[in-house]
Amino acid sequence: MTSVLYDVPGPRAKRRNVLFTVVFLVALAALVWWVVRSLADKKQLEWTKWEPFFTDSRAWTTYILPGLENTLIGAALAMVIALPLGALFGIARLSDHWWVRGVAGTVVEFFRAIPVLILMLFANAAYAEFTDVSPENRPLYAVVTGLVLYNASVLAEVVRAGILSLPAGQTDASKAIGMRKGQMMRYVLLPQSVTAMLPALVSQLVVIVKDTALGGALLGFAELLASVRPMSANYGANTIASFTVVAVIFVLLNFALTTFASWLEGRLRRGKKSTGAVVGADAVAELATPGEHVAPHGRDTPRS
Amino acid sequence: MREIVFDFLEGYDLLGAFWVTVQLTVYSAVGSLIWGTLLAAMRASPVPLMRGFGAGYVNVVRNIPLTVIIVFTSLGLFQTLGVSLGADDFKTINFRLAVLGMIAYTSAFVCEALRSGINTVPVGQSEAARAIGLSFPQVLSLIVLPQAFRSVVGPLANVLIALTKNTTVAAAIGVAEAATLMREMIENEAQLILISAIFALGFICLTLPTGLLLGWVSKKVAVRR
Amino acid sequence: MKMLKVTAAAATALALSLTATACGSGDGDESAPGSGGNKITVGIKFDQPGLGLQTPDGKYTGFDVDVATYVARELGHEPGDIEWKEAKSADRETLLERGDVDFIAATYSINEEREKKVDFAGPYLLAHQDILVRADDNSIKRPEDLNDKKLCSVSGSTSAQNVKTKLAPRAQLQEYGGYSECLTGLENRVIDALTTDDSILAGYASQKEHQGKFKLGGFKLSNENYGIGVQKGSELKERINTALEKMVSDGSWEEYVKKNFGPANYKNEPAPEIGNVVR
Repeated sequence: MTSVLYDVPGPRAKRRNVLFTVVFLVALAALVWWVVRSLADKKQLEWTKWEPFFTDSRAWTTYILPGLENTLIGAALAMVIALPLGALFGIARLSDHWWVRGVAGTVVEFFRAIPVLILMLFANAAYAEFTDVSPENRPLYAVVTGLVLYNASVLAEVVRAGILSLPAGQTDASKAIGMRKGQMMRYVLLPQSVTAMLPALVSQLVVIVKDTALGGALLGFAELLASVRPMSANYGANTIASFTVVAVIFVLLNFALTTFASWLEGRLRRGKKSTGAVVGADAVAELATPGEHVAPHGRDTPRS
Repeated sequence: MREIVFDFLEGYDLLGAFWVTVQLTVYSAVGSLIWGTLLAAMRASPVPLMRGFGAGYVNVVRNIPLTVIIVFTSLGLFQTLGVSLGADDFKTINFRLAVLGMIAYTSAFVCEALRSGINTVPVGQSEAARAIGLSFPQVLSLIVLPQAFRSVVGPLANVLIALTKNTTVAAAIGVAEAATLMREMIENEAQLILISAIFALGFICLTLPTGLLLGWVSKKVAVRR
Repeated sequence: MKMLKVTAAAATALALSLTATACGSGDGDESAPGSGGNKITVGIKFDQPGLGLQTPDGKYTGFDVDVATYVARELGHEPGDIEWKEAKSADRETLLERGDVDFIAATYSINEEREKKVDFAGPYLLAHQDILVRADDNSIKRPEDLNDKKLCSVSGSTSAQNVKTKLAPRAQLQEYGGYSECLTGLENRVIDALTTDDSILAGYASQKEHQGKFKLGGFKLSNENYGIGVQKGSELKERINTALEKMVSDGSWEEYVKKNFGPANYKNEPAPEIGNVVR
């Protein structure tokens, strides 16, 4: 693995690297030792606190797995709905008509500016007031709505950035062969930018998965993180253990998603057919990082 | 309607709560910029273990819901490990813990944004820097990062906006910021929609100007290539 | 400002309770929920040991659950026909107003703000705000001792607001999303006392993992009259009241209290009289 940022290490640099590595390892080990010892001191490592997750399968079947299921359902629904909506707004922001651009831009900026939690609360109240969605489903609906409103506006930016990053020649060429605006978007620009943006879209899914957790706190949506509460209530306030187990599940789940994203990006990069190529996630990230997310994947060293 | 809003302003310290939100945001922003830059440097460094640590850190932290991180600062760091960050009353401790948690989380995104910025700096820049004999820290701090920062003002602005909104999660450990007050008001008053609207407006007031200002800065400082 | 509001509230509360006892109202409403079908939806807490808790085998236990089951049976619904629904504190009025549940038994204290939005049957338990301390901690003898202590409660809860405004304004208050975090803090010795309704505290202290670790302070810092919430104007109120009276008179009430709070050495108040809200 070479990088343009530094020379290939010679003997001295190699020695220095080894020294750094050792110092780093020692510091890390000391930290881990301190954490484990303090945990043990405070009796947080007692077997009774962790036991339910290993010996009581009901901890999984009653609390964790149903929670995980709800998290996945919520996230999947939100993504499936937000994607076309986001594409629509992203394209609308590129419209030739100022008023379409204006409306789309306002909507996108508005929903990006408000915490998702507040959007969810709004949606919950609105569903209760104006619709007859059954109360069992309402938290799910509200969570999905909140996520869709926010993420559609984020995805709109991703789509816009994706289209903008295509070479201008694509637009010129399609105009030259007499395509209308709709045709140009449908046959030339979108297909190229959509494949290019897939990795970015998958990483947005990570955000959605994490954000479903917001619905647990105030709306009573029984998702994964919310399962900590009944668990710790049943197993003698083993909060640290419960939170740790749930955190690990989140990491594994999201890590699987990001790994999938970088695999997809690699595949698309290799299999590039047209001039459009892959709008590397970083090009998209310029506009689309709303907060988190769309980060470049699969490269450990810059400009390698 | 108007009377209710005025009642709220009198009965609840709305401005105070939003002021805490602003403070949380500012401290966390500064902290995550520093720690995020260090992480980005680690991920680009010649020492393999540091690269590994940087990558591991970002991949773990980015994938955990912020709520969990914030709760851990209190349950884990403070309660169990006894880290009180030099304060001795809950109010200050919680505020500092929340800032620490926000920094730990946000810096992962700062790091990723910076890394993509490093990628936009032409290879020739660092090659030339190495050719004149600059060491890795010098290449990074004198040549690459200054250019990288200019190209990632936009993404960093987005990180900042998300951070502002994410401070609502500090409510989980009892920091008296906007979302805590919102919960309290919802518990006491009947006006769910009105209360949500007030707080939504508050956040728009915080985030929109930030976005517009930094958007302008981003255009201003962008390196034209 | 806050103090003024509180006194005013107390005064109106007193006036209201007088009128409330004078005329136990309850207009018949044919379309009220609970009248059709044999299913009944009941709102309870899912995460409150001793009151309403979802256990690992998917069942529900606790005092509120027992009371609700009894009441439902009196209303003509077998335990199997009860659909339990989680009623978080902040959602309770909304759940009732929208008819999501037929009634709520979820540590639901009767107060005048809530009475504006929903009707209450009962009360069926008189609880008090109290504190839970480590079993070996004898330093808190009077409520005033709380002032230099580290307290913990759930964010935004009435107990938390009580501590801040009147009980111990000088005490440090840690607020968390749930009581379990407070208990961890109590175990870890960074928190001296967890404060909320004594019934809730007794529920935690009665858990087998906690027996012998914690004890109740025994202070009566406030009066919390647990009532069963029903929709405003619902005919269920009268029928539930009848059921509650029967529950007390046939000894079931006593049995439920012993069963759910027994191990905590909880000195419960005698069964409250229907309509007698102690402010």
